[in-house]
Amino acid sequence: MFSYNKVQELVDAAETKGQKLWEVILEDQVHVLGRTRAEIWNEMEQRLEVMREALARGLNGDNLSVSGLSGRDAGKVKRALAAGRLLGGPVLDGAIMKALAVAEVNAAMGRIVAAPTAGSCGILPAVLFTAADVLGSSREEQVAALITASGIGMVIARIAGVSGAAGGCQAECGSASAMAAAAAVEMAGGSPAQAAHACAIALKNILGLVCDPVAGLVEVPCIKRNAAGAANALVAIDLALAGVKSVIPVDEVISAMYQVGQALPASLKETALGGLAATPTGCRLARELRKGGEE
Amino acid sequence: MNILDILGPVMIGPSSSHTAGAARIGRLAGIVLGEPPAAADFYLHGSFAETYQGHGTDRALVGGLLGFDTADERIRQSLELAAAAGISISFNRTDLGDVHPNTVKAMVKGKSGKTIDLVASSIGGGNIRVVELLGFPVDFSGQFHTIIIPHRDRPGLIAAVSSLLAERGINIAQMKVTREQRGAEAIMIIEADQSCPTELVEQLAAIPDIRDVITVRPL
Repeated sequence: MFSYNKVQELVDAAETKGQKLWEVILEDQVHVLGRTRAEIWNEMEQRLEVMREALARGLNGDNLSVSGLSGRDAGKVKRALAAGRLLGGPVLDGAIMKALAVAEVNAAMGRIVAAPTAGSCGILPAVLFTAADVLGSSREEQVAALITASGIGMVIARIAGVSGAAGGCQAECGSASAMAAAAAVEMAGGSPAQAAHACAIALKNILGLVCDPVAGLVEVPCIKRNAAGAANALVAIDLALAGVKSVIPVDEVISAMYQVGQALPASLKETALGGLAATPTGCRLARELRKGGEE
Repeated sequence: MNILDILGPVMIGPSSSHTAGAARIGRLAGIVLGEPPAAADFYLHGSFAETYQGHGTDRALVGGLLGFDTADERIRQSLELAAAAGISISFNRTDLGDVHPNTVKAMVKGKSGKTIDLVASSIGGGNIRVVELLGFPVDFSGQFHTIIIPHRDRPGLIAAVSSLLAERGINIAQMKVTREQRGAEAIMIIEADQSCPTELVEQLAAIPDIRDVITVRPL
């Protein structure tokens, strides 16, 4: 369990104690889990390592999914970026590429860290490693950023949920994007309040996103939504670092996400009955995959 | 939800419910069997039936049966590894009735001819619920140290089990007993905070009318 029900409570605790968000979160989890600070730190460091390995695998090989429906796109971005054919530059395009890479490893049955879910596993590592490159962050700072991301994620999970089946893609890729944004802002030297604004802005921009996977698989459109989630996090990060504030307070945004998730029909919550899954092409692909499986 | 759940599990993709949860169900089946498997038939329900190949649910179930955890990359080759080990595997689409959409019934036979069956659901985030075990309706998650005790129902047997656990300082978090009818076959599922040492398993197994003692570490 987590002792905080609101992001604002986390921010208040950090400001009162003169600490970073990650210090408040780690202290709480030491207490709640009854494990030492070093044990929890090591667990998070191992997760960072799994993320790094997944990214390396995603960038070094062309990963094709088990169904054959997706894959090999991270390599395209990598080559185009190297050739100078893209507009976004190494930060935006690098983040997009990394998010695709990790999400493709997931679809190809590689090892990943669900962050917070497997379907959204590319966003946090993409943003974290991109920001760390820009900032020259140490390994310790990256582990600390994972802890900040976790604290934000735990509040969202408690108040709104992080499953596509319950809340749509906003709950998966939206949460991942918000977690990543807050973590990177803190890693960049932003205040706890700025990290909270980044979280709010990232969630607001992705509010209402439906979960409509073609053939019910974590591939189309999930992999590209990881790229979009990473780009969205960069938008939120830079707005927050520039001092832009979310007009709607972060915890109200999280509650709004829950309400929107409740209002979404079941057809748009991971059932593959609506949205892109229900397009003529989506239906055809689902039929072909099912038939192919029976042969 | 704690910090290790929100950033986790560390797992083989692509889906925490369809892959990581399935691996845990397979692993539980292997532990309950307690010997090398010779054959396994999986009956897949709902979303498991619809998408099991694309999600690698089949590979995860078999990988789990072979003892692989959710993060073990051998899950990808589990069907080939099972074939090489001479284990016959089948997957069947079925309707298990009013159960969670991601539910599977596993019927597994060991090298000695011993058979076990279980029905379990993957309820999200890699978490599972076992809803039927060895023909009995049950309800447990595998997140605790679990002690599974098939037995013949008689007065005093539950007290004998719980006092042995108490003597060893093992705290029972949850306990459920299900039986077919009075004085007939029954099953006890104990979820404990501590692991059950081998000597205790032997002591429990020595209690008259206890058929078997199966211990499962948190999956």
